[in-house]
Amino acid sequence: MPLLDIIDLKKYFEVKRGIFGSKGYVKAVDGVSLSLERGESVSIVGESGCGKTTLGKTILRLYEPTDGKIVFDGKDITHLTWKELSWYRRETGLVQQDPSGALPSFMTVKRILEEPLIIHKVKDKEERRERIYKVLEQVKLTPVEDFLEKYPHMLSGGQQQRLVIARSIILRPKLIIADEPVSMLDASVRVEILKLLQNLQRDYRLSIIYITHDLSTTRYFSERICIMYAGHIVESAETRELLTNPLHPYTRALLNVIPDPDPSNRFIIREVPAGEPPNLLNPPPGCRFSPRCRNIMNGLCDVKEPPVVEVRKGHFVKCWLYV
Amino acid sequence: MAEPHLTVKNLVMYYRTVRGEVKAVDNVSFSLPRSKTVAIIGESGCGKSSLAKSIIKLLPRNVSVYKGVILFDGVDLMKMDEESFRRDIRWVKITYVPQAALNSLNPVIKIGEQMIEPLLLHFKMRKTEALERAAKALKTVGISEEFINHYPFELSGGMRQRVIIAMSMLTNPELMVLDEPTSSLDVLTQANIINLLKTIKRDLKLSMIFITHDVGLSSELADRVAVMYAGQIVEFASADEFYRNPKHPYSQKLMDSVPTLKTDKKLDFIPGSPPSLLNPPRGCRFAERCPYRFEKCKEPPPVINLSEEFYVRCWLYEKR
Amino acid sequence: MPRLKHFFRQLLLYKSATVGLAIILGLIAISIYTVFSIPYSDAIKLWRAGEQYWLDTPRNALPSWVNLFLSKKLPETIILDTENPQVGVSKAIISAGEESSVIKVEFVFDYRYDDFPSEINLFFKSSYNSSPPRLTIHWVKPNGEDIVLKSMLVAKDDRYYISNDEKLARRLRSTFSVKLNRTIGYDLPILVLLFAQEDESLLDPGTAKVMKGTYRLWIDGIAFEKDVKLDAKLVVYGKVYGWAGTDHLRRDLGIALLWGTPIALSFGITASVSVALIQIFIGALCAWFGGKVDTVLQRVTEIFMVLPFLPTLIMISTLYKFNIWVLLLIVILLSIFGSGVKNYRAMFLQIKEFPYVEAARAYGASNFRIVTYYLIPKVLPTIIPSMVLSVADFVFLEAALAILGLGDPLAPTWGKIINDAYVNGALYKGLYYWVLEPSVMLALTSLSFAMLGFTLDKIFNPKLREI
Repeated sequence: MPLLDIIDLKKYFEVKRGIFGSKGYVKAVDGVSLSLERGESVSIVGESGCGKTTLGKTILRLYEPTDGKIVFDGKDITHLTWKELSWYRRETGLVQQDPSGALPSFMTVKRILEEPLIIHKVKDKEERRERIYKVLEQVKLTPVEDFLEKYPHMLSGGQQQRLVIARSIILRPKLIIADEPVSMLDASVRVEILKLLQNLQRDYRLSIIYITHDLSTTRYFSERICIMYAGHIVESAETRELLTNPLHPYTRALLNVIPDPDPSNRFIIREVPAGEPPNLLNPPPGCRFSPRCRNIMNGLCDVKEPPVVEVRKGHFVKCWLYV
Repeated sequence: MAEPHLTVKNLVMYYRTVRGEVKAVDNVSFSLPRSKTVAIIGESGCGKSSLAKSIIKLLPRNVSVYKGVILFDGVDLMKMDEESFRRDIRWVKITYVPQAALNSLNPVIKIGEQMIEPLLLHFKMRKTEALERAAKALKTVGISEEFINHYPFELSGGMRQRVIIAMSMLTNPELMVLDEPTSSLDVLTQANIINLLKTIKRDLKLSMIFITHDVGLSSELADRVAVMYAGQIVEFASADEFYRNPKHPYSQKLMDSVPTLKTDKKLDFIPGSPPSLLNPPRGCRFAERCPYRFEKCKEPPPVINLSEEFYVRCWLYEKR
Repeated sequence: MPRLKHFFRQLLLYKSATVGLAIILGLIAISIYTVFSIPYSDAIKLWRAGEQYWLDTPRNALPSWVNLFLSKKLPETIILDTENPQVGVSKAIISAGEESSVIKVEFVFDYRYDDFPSEINLFFKSSYNSSPPRLTIHWVKPNGEDIVLKSMLVAKDDRYYISNDEKLARRLRSTFSVKLNRTIGYDLPILVLLFAQEDESLLDPGTAKVMKGTYRLWIDGIAFEKDVKLDAKLVVYGKVYGWAGTDHLRRDLGIALLWGTPIALSFGITASVSVALIQIFIGALCAWFGGKVDTVLQRVTEIFMVLPFLPTLIMISTLYKFNIWVLLLIVILLSIFGSGVKNYRAMFLQIKEFPYVEAARAYGASNFRIVTYYLIPKVLPTIIPSMVLSVADFVFLEAALAILGLGDPLAPTWGKIINDAYVNGALYKGLYYWVLEPSVMLALTSLSFAMLGFTLDKIFNPKLREI
């Protein structure tokens, strides 16, 4: 049984247009299915506004899903109330993009780590202290004593992100959602944080959903990649398979434009699909990438939504080209 | 060899804060031939933006030390008075695109009106003529002329960045200083802008200073690379040399920490964090994090010339 | 703690903050001193008691330190009392036979000031069985001239307002007009007649000069009883008193100036702190819960914002006379739904979206916990400057109400002093000190809080800081 099973998940945001308030819906997540084993890590890659962050927050039930189903550890949590979700909060953790924003500036390190424990009724002071020490050692903020009384602004960006990770695992969750955990950090620190997450995943059989816009880091981090475009997952496969053998035109475009450091890069003009991602308030009919697609089949791609096809074992793509 | 377009020699810029003097640019030298691009790579807070601003003399109010030589077309900009610098150089021959400039467009003024402001100001051009020129500039960056009459909020981020670039090209500059021009943009948009800069560079023979933290991205434009660490350039090299064979331990480590998409390699990271610019160590500023550190690193490292122009600032390359 | 130390060090980098803080500390010191040296009940008693309590102080006297700056020295008050034996006071009651006693009282004092006293009164206390003593009161000037002031029967508790004795005045005027062979104006006060040099200058109270020297007031009395007792007190009221002067009811202004400090500080600080905290709380509730809570609280706020604050307050305090602490409560109640709520709500709407709040939700923090532990502490430092600044506002508000006569009529406050001064035409009469003293205190208070507040603003909102 998978740890997390998402079936046709939808999250629409209602917006009012104009003075008379004709209602519209931003279809941020529009029918996403995903399943994740215990101890597995999967990357969700997409550009800003593709719905990847909304997906993460909906999985954590920070948003109420519009439709679909989320099953965690065999329990349907799709429409549980805030109170009923208390156990789920303990089982999940969130690592956000901006470490300095993710930490309350007015609390000390100790207090920050104590908060989740207090909320989840770890009443024994000694136990709380032990768990704080342990978790700080796990994220290598040592010697622990030096950090306990510090405020977040006294830490470097990398240390802050370690603290965020420490907070996310202090309740010993089974699932971590890491939303762009390294994009605000300097290159030399990024790898350090990713390695830390990877070690935690391995040592504690954590499942991690790694949300990012940066395909190049996923290669070193996750076992599986899902490419998201305009609220849909358009392609998913094992990491190596996806990077070496991309199928969806969007994935191909992405892979094509990301430069590895190479002095010959400066002589090439890269091919970039024209246009911008669609407005999710009013997405184009059919395949949402079709207006920008080079391989568009008129009369099909721009009319009917493509089905998900398993082209090779474990390699799924949502594109008419492979039907 | 031809005279370089821009030569920066021993440039120093410190500024004073409540907590002390920040040594943002500390003895920086590099040179740039005509119609080439130098990429200045460094992590946040290494002083790369301060360097850019120092070159076009946009100094913070609390500047305490500002000295060195900036030769542009053989003229020392440092010796130029502010008035003629403003009239002849800034926004005329050298344009500067600050970080996140796309968010600094005034949302209630039409794009055309905003674009032509420097023309009206510096060239005393008539408005209709200036607008024509703006329309042409928009066309070169791939935006339809009619957007002259649109407001910035009607444009996407990528388009706004194009407007900014068009704006900086209006005066037919010879040198463009671009500070992280794509940092807040999406991958595809970023590729688009980089393509645009590549065509501009190729067709208009512009020289560029391209400031970025992204090593991979820097290789898209750079003919030369300057690596900055804690206010100093630790390595200045040609692109061919740098991306294949970085010399300075920091450059090597930085390169090791860049994830690659197409090739396999073992990723590494640099433990620790850079020293504060308030009070950097006397010796090599990278020594504390350097795997090759030895006794001599406590002394300020020498600038070792590897060729006429290129150098590395490291004790390891000292000729014995 | 090191944070606090660092903060203070940073604060003291600014001169304005140092000065402001010094003044505030001074005001606090005054408050503490006042509260302990003159308990509130005493102060109220002193302030409300009116004339009975303040028999021995002059009316509308300047503070005595003005003499340091004047070439013409103003008189201090001289009190001579037979109950309180001292040099210059003598009393003798001699039984003269079975049925009568002879009374002799003598007050001798040196008068060397350059100006006339403001009043002279004689107070008597006597005890007798059936027949009151009859007294003849004499006034002897330094030149030896003896004037009979009055002959009177004394009641048990009696007084003789010498300076108000119109009969005496008429008599003296006619004596002098004969002496100088000039007509003397009707309005020449009795004090001039008693104290002036007897020459032409006397004719005009503006030019009359004091005859300096030793004066003597003696009383010759007889009572037709054996065990008569009599005590007399002569008060020659000066024109200066204490360090603060007195008001029209002879009250020492010092008491109100001193007590005004703790009252103003506690009023201002209580009002600003509680208004700020309540507004923050309401703002946080609105921003966090949104929906109906927000709508209701916002509408209430808007109603209160439309209500003109000062006119409403004036109306309420015209209809009811409040004690100052009830007034404080009403000021707070009227202010909590102010524009601050809107500002804080706007701040919280931003903070609400901060990742750390989302993180707190993700680990299961309850709504109440988020509002109190995550939202409110975030804005507290940023509002301290405006809180400090608004202390001055509320101090002024209280004073303004008192000046308009709408404050607590009984509490000794700065505003009340100004109100008294205004009602009694202080400026018209040239009694500037009466208005200036409380005004200086008010100005110092608001200045100090303003200086501190603006500096704090620079520290907490670095955008305003000059680099």
